[in-house]
Amino acid sequence: MRGLFAFIAGGLFGAGLLVSGMTDSRKVQGWLDIFGDWDPTLAFVMGGAMLPMAIAWRITRGRNPALGGLFPPKPDQRVGRNLVLGSILFGAGWGLVGLCPGPSVASLSYGGIGGVVFILSMFGGMWAAPLVRSRLDAALVTA
Amino acid sequence: MHQEWIWGLAGGGLIGIAGAVYLLINGRIMGASGIIGSVVDGTAGNQTWERVWFIAGLFLLPTILSFWVGPRDNFITDNLWAIAAAGILVGVGTRLANGCTSGHGICGMSRLSLRGFVATVFYIGAGGLSIILFKHLLGVV
Repeated sequence: MRGLFAFIAGGLFGAGLLVSGMTDSRKVQGWLDIFGDWDPTLAFVMGGAMLPMAIAWRITRGRNPALGGLFPPKPDQRVGRNLVLGSILFGAGWGLVGLCPGPSVASLSYGGIGGVVFILSMFGGMWAAPLVRSRLDAALVTA
Repeated sequence: MHQEWIWGLAGGGLIGIAGAVYLLINGRIMGASGIIGSVVDGTAGNQTWERVWFIAGLFLLPTILSFWVGPRDNFITDNLWAIAAAGILVGVGTRLANGCTSGHGICGMSRLSLRGFVATVFYIGAGGLSIILFKHLLGVV
């Protein structure tokens, strides 16, 4: 059951990314490119997605997930170096080619060689991230 | 004027419903980088299969839909070095920050998470600067 609903959620997510145009790197870069032909689509996608999510978060109050367990508690809200530095690195790559993790998987079948190179490099980066994190922690201690 | 915003709103609604299904039924936060990254680095533990099913749906449905709505393209740059560098940056950055556009952006900000807002400000800001540098100044993409 968990797998079935995860599959449905993933499929809806992918369909939404395709319909909204977020698997088209030009639309993402168009949003970030304030000095080019600025494209506001991404703001509508974020707004359209946050509305059902905000309702969903309200529904979670005083309830448990349908398939059991507990809803994820709000994580520690401290804003640390990893959050800021990681987001800057992510944004730099996102702006450079216009793909983030969800759309890179959703567009893989029609993304050509570029889509394949991106996703393999992303897997490499994800695999290396724990090492980068521990190196950063070590550097901070000795600094 | 771009007229695609209506499709943006409709597709965004689908993404939000996807996140709501994953939250209310499975009790999980729909963050693409966490779901994919934990499968890649083997830290997903007993959630591995649930996440693999999510990734399968994320790949398969757009693939089927793309046949129906006609040929699609991601219109990515031809510069494979830039693509490889961007992929590594996105991979390391999202795992270091513990989230990307879906986790921090959509799921985090919709529950008024401070971390979600901070991450979103920094990745959009860095994305804007990246475009200025690599497209307008250096012309590599």
